[in-house]
Amino acid sequence: MKKLYALVDCNNFYVSCERMFDPSLHNKPVVVLSNNDGCIISRSEEAKALGIPMGESAYKARQVLEQNNVRVFSSNYTLYGDMSRRVMNVLSHFSPDVEIYSVDEAFLNLTTLLTNDIKQHAIKLRSTVQQRTGIPVSVGIAPTKTLAKLANRLTKKQKDKQGVVLLQEQEAIRHALKITAVGDVWGIGHRNARKLAAFGISTAWDLSQATDSFVKKHLTVVGLRTAKELRGEACLDMEMAPPAKRSICTSRSFGKALTSMDLIKEATASYASSCAAKLRRQRTCAGLLTVYLQSYPDKDEQVYYNSKTVMLPVATNSTLELVHYANLALQPLYRQGYHYKKSGVIVSELCAQDHAQMPLLDTIDREKHQRIMEVIDKVNARWGRGTLISAEQGVYAPEENHPWKMRSEMRSPRYTTHINEIMVVKS
Amino acid sequence: MENFTKHPFLLSSPFELLPDNYLEAVELPLVHSRVAAGFPSPADDYTVEVINLQNFLIKDPDSSYLVKVMGNSMVDARLHDGDILIVDRSLLNRSIKTLTGNVIIGKVNGEFTVKRLICKDQKYYLQPANEAFSALEITEDMDFQAWGVVTWAIHKIKH
Repeated sequence: MKKLYALVDCNNFYVSCERMFDPSLHNKPVVVLSNNDGCIISRSEEAKALGIPMGESAYKARQVLEQNNVRVFSSNYTLYGDMSRRVMNVLSHFSPDVEIYSVDEAFLNLTTLLTNDIKQHAIKLRSTVQQRTGIPVSVGIAPTKTLAKLANRLTKKQKDKQGVVLLQEQEAIRHALKITAVGDVWGIGHRNARKLAAFGISTAWDLSQATDSFVKKHLTVVGLRTAKELRGEACLDMEMAPPAKRSICTSRSFGKALTSMDLIKEATASYASSCAAKLRRQRTCAGLLTVYLQSYPDKDEQVYYNSKTVMLPVATNSTLELVHYANLALQPLYRQGYHYKKSGVIVSELCAQDHAQMPLLDTIDREKHQRIMEVIDKVNARWGRGTLISAEQGVYAPEENHPWKMRSEMRSPRYTTHINEIMVVKS
Repeated sequence: MENFTKHPFLLSSPFELLPDNYLEAVELPLVHSRVAAGFPSPADDYTVEVINLQNFLIKDPDSSYLVKVMGNSMVDARLHDGDILIVDRSLLNRSIKTLTGNVIIGKVNGEFTVKRLICKDQKYYLQPANEAFSALEITEDMDFQAWGVVTWAIHKIKH
């Protein structure tokens, strides 16, 4: 049977989330900044029209932003996560197979759709998501996932703003391939595009017409799969359940350069405790813990980067234990005189919580730890993350005195998840 | 597309376009019936889940939002300053005509407002519920959009 996939993509997702709860942003240029307010990661159409590039550092763009009264937001991942959940839930009513590809993108398998009017189905999907969640989406539909991605890209160029592109007829697919640069094909990228240009391959169509042996030689089997998908041969199936995580990592850039070991210790302890909470949420324990530390590049010097991995005596997901070992691993990494930029904690060798091996000589009362963790998780679920923390994370006036804490000075309220931050309407 | 109904054995789960009201979930009461040794409790057949206020107040969690009222223009409709409103966007799926009579959240020239939408002499108005305020006519050149329909108001009865 001929396959059929849709790629649904939320338009300017983060900006759309902000706009949903703040009508004053309508028709205005708006951008959202990354973690730590570093660079621009989402732009409204009006901001794009001002020529503000994606990924531009907020510092570099400052003048353009100010001159044009662009509304600037720190990222509000709590809000975006909840809005994403709503969008994905609504999508699940339009196909029995939904693969959440990223926070703002999902593949839908439409192969067994019992209607001939596929476009109508897509238009209905679009208006339903828009109505229920307020988020505008665009839909690309085609016989392979790579072509669906490509179709979705073309919705952005459409003049009639319908937001749906269906590539089903041979002629439509051929035309779409011819107007798409090869570097814009899903999985090719601009480095490969430069390589291919030397052989006269500049469009998606050129790539689809290249011989298998040529593509395999220059782009490996992965590239061959892409070429086949462009020809309409489905090689990528739906990946329904995300593969079990092999490791969990928490790392952040510090809010400002740190030189003092005490503050780095606090930050690292926080990352360890966040890993521990993630482990408990997915009911796994870690057997291995890695800490790394990285400095800013200095005038003539190289960046200092170092890491240390410790094997845990018993696989665990206790905050107290993981914070303790993260601290031990961090100590030897510290060198005086550097300006540190970021640290991170990675836990790996994960196993199911119920299968953690118990040693004969154990000095830790694991049942007690588990009971403490249950209380911590319950309290933090109810009153917000960070209500109960380990003392290692720093307890002195936590709001003001955490220079390592992420900067997010322009974050909007968490409208959908925090009762004290819900939207206010004038009556 | 081919007519799939001709190949029933090739399909694992064919599906079709869902009707408009598809999101209204069917809720079944949960009855705990344990098979225990000894005499069964006669009450066991009647134990059901406790009342879940959220399920009762919120029909469609994906399209429902909580908002807070600020101001007194709707007091006669029993919406007080500081009340929490449950707003359902799934009810927007109608023409402005069918929305009339409802209390809605409207976007007016870049601001949110909560008012009752009414129709009089073929004109539409945002009608406050307080004599001290006057109605606002919705005109062509106004930047107006309905944001959601208010379904419940949660009002705290203070001591």
